[in-house]
Amino acid sequence: MKKRSLWVSIVALLGLTGYFWANSHRPVYAMHIMEGFLPIGWAIFWWAATIPFIAVGVRTITKNLKENPELKTMLGLSGAFAFVLSALKIPSVTGSSSHPTGVGLGTILLGPTTMSVLGTIVLLFQSLLLAHGGITTLGANAFSMAVVGPMLTYGVFKLAKKLNASLTVAVFLAAMLGDLGTYLVTSVQLALAFPAEVGGVTASMAKFTAIFGLTQVPIAISEGLLTVIVINLLQKYNMTELNILPMMKGIR
Amino acid sequence: MKNGVLLLLVILLAVIPVIFQSDAEFSGADEQAEQAIMEVASNYEPWFDAIWEPPSGEIESLLFSLQAAIGAIIIGYIFGYGKAKKKYTSSNQ
Repeated sequence: MKKRSLWVSIVALLGLTGYFWANSHRPVYAMHIMEGFLPIGWAIFWWAATIPFIAVGVRTITKNLKENPELKTMLGLSGAFAFVLSALKIPSVTGSSSHPTGVGLGTILLGPTTMSVLGTIVLLFQSLLLAHGGITTLGANAFSMAVVGPMLTYGVFKLAKKLNASLTVAVFLAAMLGDLGTYLVTSVQLALAFPAEVGGVTASMAKFTAIFGLTQVPIAISEGLLTVIVINLLQKYNMTELNILPMMKGIR
Repeated sequence: MKNGVLLLLVILLAVIPVIFQSDAEFSGADEQAEQAIMEVASNYEPWFDAIWEPPSGEIESLLFSLQAAIGAIIIGYIFGYGKAKKKYTSSNQ
């Protein structure tokens, strides 16, 4: 048994090394609106739309941690998951690459505004250290990935639970649609800032959706699957923590 | 085992495009969006530049792997901790 798990680890390690090695030969890009690519009015507008959610999120986090210090583990896990997933650039059927957002898991565990804070921190890291996204476009990028994504995830999860879907199905749909929604919002944001001369916002919207939305479909499915895997593991090993989460009430 | 199947699906979703689109570049979707913006608004000038950019693609990959590694360590730690805690609390009862 021990020997077998050693073999599994070696094969997994070689596989991952090979995968990352193969990936390292092409330049990488993150999939957010680039620095300077939103006119200043829109940059300010999206910042203003995002800040209230971050403020509420910070208050929710401090309140939750005061009441339940055990939640720190789940907070760490949610942040780390978003951190890892947004670093994974996955090739898509359209011939370009994009990455998952990873905010679905934290939303399902801790609620949408908590993820507004964590998601914005991830985006800040990427814009400062990787020059992906940007400070001026951070408001817009945070609005799509850390505000709308989590809100959609939250809504879908609640609805699926209400319709008596199993936890697996609810988690999958919530994380997948939240991810997809993020990139649709990105397309809307770009279309609003850059309406086409012929056809206006709608024509631009179609153009940007073809780039972001279509590429994102298989990646959103991956995000849904990965989120289900983590929830399965949590159910196996961390029931004590899950039991104190309001979102997980009634889950066994 | 169920998780293994799910993980396999994730890997397939990433591998299949590479096999079937062997001549595609798999450049970032944001780069394509940049080109699309230039088509729609050809005279748009980005008005702000990134404060700091990784000096080379290698450094960029380094930072990206670091991001993934730090996150993976934390996730591994949390699950390792949970697994051990479960093991020892149940064997004490």
